[in-house]
Amino acid sequence: MEKYFAPEIECASRDQLRAWQDERLVKTVHHVYDNVPYYRNLLKEKGIEPGDIKGVEDLHKLPFLTKDDLREAYPTGLLAVPMRDAVRIQSTSGTTGKRVVAFYTQHDIDLWDECCARALTAAGCTKDDVVQVSYGFGLFTGGAGLNGGSHKIGSLTLPMSSGNTDRQIQFMCDLGATILCCTPSYAAYLAESIHERGVRDQIKLKAGIFGAEAWTQEMRHDIEQQLGLKAYDIYGLTEISGPGVAFECSEQTGMHINEDHFIAEIINPKTGEVLPDGEKGELVFTSITKEAFPLLRYRTKDICVIHNEPCSCGRTFRKMSKPMGRSDDMLIVKGVNVFPSQIEAVLINKGYPANYQIIVSREHNSDVLEVNVEMTPEMFSDSLSAISVKEKELIDAMKAMLGIYAKVRLVAPKTIVRSEGKAVRVIDKRNLY
Amino acid sequence: MTVKQISAFVENTPGALEKFTEVLNRNQIDMRALSVAETENFGIVRIIVNDSYKAACVLKDEGYVFSVTPVLAVELPDTPGSLYKILCTLREAQINVEYVYAFTARKKNAAYMIFRVADNDKAIDALSDRGIHLLSQEELEAM
Repeated sequence: MEKYFAPEIECASRDQLRAWQDERLVKTVHHVYDNVPYYRNLLKEKGIEPGDIKGVEDLHKLPFLTKDDLREAYPTGLLAVPMRDAVRIQSTSGTTGKRVVAFYTQHDIDLWDECCARALTAAGCTKDDVVQVSYGFGLFTGGAGLNGGSHKIGSLTLPMSSGNTDRQIQFMCDLGATILCCTPSYAAYLAESIHERGVRDQIKLKAGIFGAEAWTQEMRHDIEQQLGLKAYDIYGLTEISGPGVAFECSEQTGMHINEDHFIAEIINPKTGEVLPDGEKGELVFTSITKEAFPLLRYRTKDICVIHNEPCSCGRTFRKMSKPMGRSDDMLIVKGVNVFPSQIEAVLINKGYPANYQIIVSREHNSDVLEVNVEMTPEMFSDSLSAISVKEKELIDAMKAMLGIYAKVRLVAPKTIVRSEGKAVRVIDKRNLY
Repeated sequence: MTVKQISAFVENTPGALEKFTEVLNRNQIDMRALSVAETENFGIVRIIVNDSYKAACVLKDEGYVFSVTPVLAVELPDTPGSLYKILCTLREAQINVEYVYAFTARKKNAAYMIFRVADNDKAIDALSDRGIHLLSQEELEAM
């Protein structure tokens, strides 16, 4: 029996949904025009008045927003309410040191929590469940989002954050966690550790919500089999709110987009032309209920397809496929966004030539990030310890920039593969898409 | 009195050392001493050769990253305790030894060792005072 957190919304008619979207879009456009000079200028440049946007049919008239806009407007240039009305920030790594900061009013937190509550409920979560949130807490949205969603349902919530596997497994057993929320690679790692410790029979998990990174169907089946649960995908991004922008139902054939809060479009990433449902392109979101940080037509750079066929679960929200790639060079490693330009910036900053290669692989279902750097006469020393010190400095600087550990491998000069004179910067061995 | 050691960066992969020695072989460079220090990913090959200038030119042409380091080449009697005596001398003079390796030559009753120390001049003075023979570049090349 399918469960809904907000059946009157999740199963509303398409006409009703469209009416909500029309009304909320118009309101949001006025809101940003009145309160955000950055938007006002952007719209004026395009010769658009708020009155020109009468509903979703006029959405295409609005200009796109990209991560560059968010960086340019850093830190408060897109804040649409007085700072005193915002209650929280979350943040995501950006290139060359500048992060993206998203603001939330209490209303924004509530709607985000509601989106996560819908995702949890679709995975079968009720007040009687024990939800173990093993996404990172802090500036990363993973932990805060699912934590809030679980509270909203009234489930007992274990705000574990990521890491400390011994404690994770102990609490999972001792408190009888029934729902696990974490990245799929961490779920796979936990599954392995549980089997190693021989405590599989003490695990009561029935469902898992695994997002923030790409994973394959094979990985889903492995995790489901090893932990005896049903694995659900979830999608989100800090710029739009966090996890819960879209979520999977029991059918597991795509993620329902919370269309009462977010309008999704698929565009041709080269021309910006809006594509019909069923066609592959870049996903674009407009948030229509947020107060502090509403974004109009934000380009996610994720390539996917939106399907509008009715779903057996009864929800009327359209479904998006798993992202099938990126329209930029961003990598997602251990759930963290990594741009090759960030690694390049560290190398240049430390006085190394920008001759590098990034290799991402998956060992034991966990991502491994390796950066090959060509040895130079300046870097070389007759002393191994002197080289190790430099290597360590580089590793620390990468960690500070990326937020995750990258293994640095010094390689012989001119060994980084060049194709047609241009170096191949990224080798992703994970075959995720 | 120091001798020139060439230290080259070599990846810790199958065939890397072979390729390095092939370059020396192809250019008729004769090694007097060799030592390899390794980490997980790479190594440093340290060599003393009969013609350092030629070896440096050849390695540069082949794209190797390397450095030329002045080190001490010590001749010591092939009897128990002679290395101990040298190390005592260096300790008394408070000179730190970074690394050391041995090599052989045709001369009977003598052993040879390369010392990389923190302060060459101080070590040369201390060792010479004790009558320990240090090889010159010319002596080494003529061996």
